[in-house]
Amino acid sequence: MTEASMVIVGGGKAGARAAVAFRENAWKGPVTLISDETLAPYDRPPLSKAAITDDAEPQPTYLLDEGMMASLEVNFLRGAAATAIYREAKTLALADGKRIPYDRLLIATGAEPRQLLLAGSERALLLRDIADAVRIRNEFSEGRNIAIIGGGFIGLELASSAAKRGCRVTVIEAQPRILMRGVPAEIATRIAARHAEAGVTILVGASIAHIGPDKIVLSDGREIAADIIIAGIGAAPRFKLAEQSGLAIENGIACNTYLQTSDPHVFAIGDCCSFPHPIFGNERLRLEAWRNASDQAIVAVENMLGGQRQYEAVPWFWSDQYELNLQIAGLPHLGASVVKRVPKDDALILCHVSAEGRLMGASGIGQGNSIARDVRLLEMLIGKKATPDAAQLADPSFPLKSLLKS
Amino acid sequence: MSQWIEVCATDDIDDEDVMRFDHRGQTFAIYHSPDNKFYATDGLCTHEKVHLADGLVMDNIIECPKHNGRFDYRNGVAKGAPVCVNLKTYPVKVEAGKVLINTGA
Ligand SMILES: Cc1cc2nc3c(=O)[nH]c(=O)nc-3n(C[C@H](O)[C@H](O)[C@H](O)COP(=O)(O)OP(=O)(O)OC[C@H]3O[C@@H](n4cnc5c(N)ncnc54)[C@H](O)[C@@H]3O)c2cc1C
Ligand code: FES
Repeated sequence: MTEASMVIVGGGKAGARAAVAFRENAWKGPVTLISDETLAPYDRPPLSKAAITDDAEPQPTYLLDEGMMASLEVNFLRGAAATAIYREAKTLALADGKRIPYDRLLIATGAEPRQLLLAGSERALLLRDIADAVRIRNEFSEGRNIAIIGGGFIGLELASSAAKRGCRVTVIEAQPRILMRGVPAEIATRIAARHAEAGVTILVGASIAHIGPDKIVLSDGREIAADIIIAGIGAAPRFKLAEQSGLAIENGIACNTYLQTSDPHVFAIGDCCSFPHPIFGNERLRLEAWRNASDQAIVAVENMLGGQRQYEAVPWFWSDQYELNLQIAGLPHLGASVVKRVPKDDALILCHVSAEGRLMGASGIGQGNSIARDVRLLEMLIGKKATPDAAQLADPSFPLKSLLKS
Repeated sequence: MSQWIEVCATDDIDDEDVMRFDHRGQTFAIYHSPDNKFYATDGLCTHEKVHLADGLVMDNIIECPKHNGRFDYRNGVAKGAPVCVNLKTYPVKVEAGKVLINTGA
């Protein structure tokens, strides 16, 4: 009999964390990590931040390097795209014709930036990997006109990084305001004001008529100088591999609360999957968030090794723009009312409370890490389905930690 | 010659909390544990040099505010990804209601 084998497709945050988790769970059998990138797993969040603003040529921040993979006995296949899953035979096919048998398969194929579908949009750069970041950074020289299509997190982080490099930046957003998805208006307003202060022009409710060689023309006739165009219009989960092999898809690879797909031998984690969240009435979520990728890896690996653990970590996301740090915990959209907490001047936390008084989400903005502790405590309260007193939430001198102990 | 440096009064740091302390260009984090002892570590996370004093103390753990890396502040041991390098710790003593640390400098 051959030894049972654990195979991971996708060497990003989720896949890399899973490889480590197998060893943390004392799994002694083979672990294979397959990545279509040529580099060892590296971190993506710096790609829109330090990689662009630092003077030095961006270097990947490795999540796992060769040495770590060797000592963990992780068999790493680089530059290897998985092209098919033969589920009956429990075998994965790679583009180069190799066949990899598995006992349990973990899909962690992430997401990819959505392409702009407009005449001239082949000029638009996208950002997902380190090569994209290097290309973008090299274009961001002083005085150049940068047009960023999309006022979401990636677009705004790039706008802030471009402004730091002395570029002239315009952000073009189709919606009536930036960060429509997931960020309350009051916080988005503060972010917009900070961009304005840095000289970044944000155009909202703007629709693009066409893209020319050195400009973008809006439907109302306005012209925006654009030496460089970047599209940050969201990401789409990468599930072709899963879909072609007949796995259920629901805005991503559909998992149950154990992060198991419609095939009990196949699990999926990270940006590519959707899952019902037990603490939010099993609402099906797909998250594109760094911490979710690693938290899911830990739970899925336990379950792949025979565990029965539901994934119920509270969603959490951060973004850095200029000196500002934005954080979102839980699901703010499930709140019916908002309680404001102002921990310091220049810092604001909104607590999103349901009609029943349950804390469903928290969103905050502040300088540096000024809101981190409170948002972390609120996140834990969300996880405990707490119904905190509004007056205590609103009182910055009231220690939220005491609510966790009651 | 190494010497003891006064940091603060014992009641300047709440139970199960942390405070930042800067001295001669170096930054430290001073902890008050739930069992009423004091500890000191380097002030910056070993992952991305973020001030740990903005983080959360839970029992004997300090959790970094940036990516939630965790350390046992009593001995500086890193408790797993994303942090893998331990924190340096420093001797602490309490005298006459004051917390003192020895930075070894
Ligand atoms: C520029 C940028 C900035 C970000 N900033 C933040 C932030 O500030 N805060 C935050 O919370 N999150 C942030 N994120 C999101 C975070 O990085 C992602 O949530 C995280 O990377 C998801 O990890 P993953 O492993 O699921 O996917 P990925 O990191 O995308 O990894 C998937 C990997 O699988 C590979 N792959 C795909 N298909 C195949 C195949 N068929 N065969 C082999 N390999 C395959 C891909 O090439 C990739 O290497 C950012 C993302 C980007 C791109
Ligand atoms: S900076 Fe502390 S965990 Fe990353």
